Amino acid sequence: MERIPILKMGPVLLVSIQVDMHDQLALTLQDDLTDRIVKTHARSVLIDISSLEVVDSFIGRMLGNIAAMSRVLDAETVVVGMRPAVAITLVELGMSLSGVRTALNVERAMEMLQVASANGHAAMGEGTDDRRPD
Amino acid sequence: MSPERKSRIAELLDQHEKELLASWIDRQLQSVSTRRDLIDETELREQSRQLLRLLGEAAVSGTDDIQGSAWEPVREVLGAMSRSRARLGFTPSETAMFVLSLKEPLFTLLRQQLGSDARAIAEETWNATVLLDRLGLYTTEVYQKGREEIIVRQQQDALELSTPVVQLWDGILGLPLIGTLDSARTQVVMESLLQRIVDTGARIAIIDITGVPTVDTLVAQHLLKTVAAARLMGADCIISGIRPQIAQTVVHLGLDLTTVITKATLADAFAVALQRAGLAVVRAAAPR
Repeated sequence: MERIPILKMGPVLLVSIQVDMHDQLALTLQDDLTDRIVKTHARSVLIDISSLEVVDSFIGRMLGNIAAMSRVLDAETVVVGMRPAVAITLVELGMSLSGVRTALNVERAMEMLQVASANGHAAMGEGTDDRRPD
Repeated sequence: MSPERKSRIAELLDQHEKELLASWIDRQLQSVSTRRDLIDETELREQSRQLLRLLGEAAVSGTDDIQGSAWEPVREVLGAMSRSRARLGFTPSETAMFVLSLKEPLFTLLRQQLGSDARAIAEETWNATVLLDRLGLYTTEVYQKGREEIIVRQQQDALELSTPVVQLWDGILGLPLIGTLDSARTQVVMESLLQRIVDTGARIAIIDITGVPTVDTLVAQHLLKTVAAARLMGADCIISGIRPQIAQTVVHLGLDLTTVITKATLADAFAVALQRAGLAVVRAAAPR
């Protein structure tokens, strides 16, 4: 059966969507991803959609769902590499993915997560550093 | 219309071309609608001579359908003339008067030639009127088209001119909007902004609306769409240049701009952007 691979990179799970999504594939991905988050105690999920040239409301909703599910499991979702045309389409469809963080590319997203986790550790550790992630 | 009747005008145009031209040009030069300030006499003479000659040639064909192939040279010359006059700043009636002013000399000539035959005069006059009216209307049509082309081109120019995306700093883009935002423009703005975000890898975009005259619900919606699209690409937006009146309008209309950072001036927005990028501006050295 067709599956979307989920790669583990330290505390981050990387999902790269490179094929056309359909209902079954999306459901499988949601199952696999929630499983992996629980098993690996991942703190963040990166979804790379730079290969997607066409999106519809289904994909938009799926991204939103994945983000919501991850949040329940205390993992943060970052959608990465969205193309300009795709961004415009999603906005026109009225789906601005408000609960999801976004980044221009995977590198940026990793950087962003590192800053966030560094700030998190600092806040947890000494208690002297009162900086908070934006 | 039968060929032999029509050929009467053709005959006249052929035989009396010179005197007709002379009296026509005289009339044009006397007339107030000639606009001597926009066109000089030699050019006017040349245009008149050319048109009269082509008119004579076309009239020989015997048809009065000016859309037909026999009249193509006349249409071409008239079209070129109308377009150039449209650009020069003639009014439509001044342009049409060029053709219509031929009526008077032509009718005078008809009267002279057909002296006693009142019926023939009436008929030929009518024929000539119909023909010249059609040509006059044609010039107006072309004039209008020429003007419309100019308008369309200017609109495109304005569209491109008014949506520049500038790089203010490494990773900071500026988008000074000028003029009203409609959906077509929003599309252009969005596309160019997102493309620049990809090209420069910018994290922050400042949308400056100092030059946007009014903000209504539609404009606000367009702005928020642009902000949302930029966010999907991983860039944060700051809206700046909000004038006092606009701030009031926004509140009175109940528009929700709380999801976006808003600043009064571009300078404030730039300061926030620099701070976000971890940069600070310091004075180079203490003045002595």
